[in-house]
Amino acid sequence: MQSKSARALYLIPYGAWILLFVVAPIALVGYYSLFDLHGSFTFGNYRNFFSSIYLRLTLSSFWYAFLITLFSLLIAYPTAYYLTKTKHKQLWLLLIIIPSWINLLLKTYAFIGIFGQYGPINALFAAIGIGNKQILFTDFSFIFVSVYIFIPFMILPIFNAIDRLNPALIDASRDLGANSWTTFRRVILPLTMNGVKSGIQVTFIPALSLFMITRLIAGNKVITLGTAIEQQFLVTQNWGMGSTIAVFLILFMFIIMLFTEQREKGGTGNGRNR
Amino acid sequence: MTKQPIIRFDGVSKRYGDDATILDDISFEMERGKFYTLLGPSGCGKTTILRLIAGFIEPTAGQILFDGKNINDVPPNERQVNTVFQDYALFPHLNVFENVAFGLRIKKVKGPEVKRRVEEALRFVNLEGYGGREISEMSGGQRQRVAIARAIVNDPEVILLDEPLSALDLKLRTEMQYELRELQQRLGKTFIFVTHDQEEALAMSDEIFVMNAGQIIQSGTPIDIYDEPISRFVADFIGESNIVDGVMIRDQLVLFAGKEFECVDAGLDPNEKIEVVIRPEDLEITSPEKGKLVVTVDTQLFRGVHYELSTYDKDGNEWLVHSTKKAQVGDEIGLDFDPEAIHVMRLNESEEDFDRRLESYEVTGHAE
Repeated sequence: MQSKSARALYLIPYGAWILLFVVAPIALVGYYSLFDLHGSFTFGNYRNFFSSIYLRLTLSSFWYAFLITLFSLLIAYPTAYYLTKTKHKQLWLLLIIIPSWINLLLKTYAFIGIFGQYGPINALFAAIGIGNKQILFTDFSFIFVSVYIFIPFMILPIFNAIDRLNPALIDASRDLGANSWTTFRRVILPLTMNGVKSGIQVTFIPALSLFMITRLIAGNKVITLGTAIEQQFLVTQNWGMGSTIAVFLILFMFIIMLFTEQREKGGTGNGRNR
Repeated sequence: MTKQPIIRFDGVSKRYGDDATILDDISFEMERGKFYTLLGPSGCGKTTILRLIAGFIEPTAGQILFDGKNINDVPPNERQVNTVFQDYALFPHLNVFENVAFGLRIKKVKGPEVKRRVEEALRFVNLEGYGGREISEMSGGQRQRVAIARAIVNDPEVILLDEPLSALDLKLRTEMQYELRELQQRLGKTFIFVTHDQEEALAMSDEIFVMNAGQIIQSGTPIDIYDEPISRFVADFIGESNIVDGVMIRDQLVLFAGKEFECVDAGLDPNEKIEVVIRPEDLEITSPEKGKLVVTVDTQLFRGVHYELSTYDKDGNEWLVHSTKKAQVGDEIGLDFDPEAIHVMRLNESEEDFDRRLESYEVTGHAE
């Protein structure tokens, strides 16, 4: 009896958290999405979402999130692989992780300085005769900075997956006639897929709703679902439409979660025998 | 030499950095179609030899020849060798069938052919019908068989086995010893088996290489090594033994435990200091009057097949006796043994000298 009531006691913080910060906000967002600008009940917001403007917005949001995730993955996988082979791998990993502890806004502002008209990159361009270039407020700078921000989150799960891989499996693959590339494709990649999926999850989903980097680095040239929500709430004051976009954003997140779900098979053990 | 050895090591050394020498100038030959065992305590370099043959590591010095050709620089995927790993190293993301088929798929063997060969290999290791199972659903013994099937399906010249039985329980281990030996004879391939378990080595091998500290101490058939260990290390490592100091008075006469005994060893210097080995099962319990040695029983253990007696003679030498007869703790008993049971070991004799000496008196000396 004692333990049962004690367990109920432990449940309180979790229950309160879920109720206050998960259930209530989602319910509120759902509720507001059903009202128009004048406060009358409507499904118009949902109809609007399927108009070409918002569909294009959604599509572009996905496209940028896809690009950010892709480039992060292309850089993170080889990096993580290389790190697991180094002598002081935990130290090197830490050096990559540390910048992610610094406030996002600070780092973003730093890039405004770096990419700006009077920044070091343009100074270099001027010096070698290319001349001043507009770097800030371009697709390139937006993706570059986003990738920079997300890379540590992509590296960490992939590093862990590769590090857990039983090295005897690589020997076994080589022993059975596979060259390095085939070994990677048939053994290493499938067995570290869960790490890759985690990495995609923690990159793609937040990238869908980026709004600060879009504002500061892309200068509103890139509009994502995140910036759209912000504008609906703060600029247009159309809470109903903002909430509707948020509802879809949550929906997309769930769909992505389903797609990147970890399968048990071969995942946890990663080849080591119990 | 008419037959080309399948594997030859020519002065092979392996060092890591400057300090750690794992293998020290090793040379040996292995014939086609035999069951070899590398036997030694952990850290003796036996697994290193296996990994050198598989190609996972390269020798620091010397040559490794496969079928007469130097393979020092040949990567593992191009060697006609397959390994059964210590922890099996089965691919957890593939089922049993695909694990076994892995090597064939790499070689782009056609689908129906893959199916036929995988099923044949699974039948070989008594796992018919298990192809669709996941690795996680297989028991330790079954995984072991999958690992073997995965190696033999590629039809390699040499199969390397790295302590493959160490994770199994005793009964299964004994069973697998029989199976492995039988499998090797059916396939007619060269098996190179690494173990620290002397019983495994004795039961399965055509030839055993006893190793210690990066060197091969003695090589020979299980009977040779058991009956004629070259040194205290080998005698101690392989089976149980009584080892006492003694003096070789002359050929066929040895002094130990304060008495002179007739023996069959020869070719040593007169009055040379030696060590004498007598196996516990060669000692027979008799009355103190009839016994060649008189000892007092200190402890007695029932081992199932036999009693194991720990006894001491009056000089304080311990004599281990394996006997089906029972004795009383504290009693004085006699121990009887044949001259052939005495094996004399020279101190620090090299394997070549040892073999030469053995040959010299075995041909002329006594008839076996």
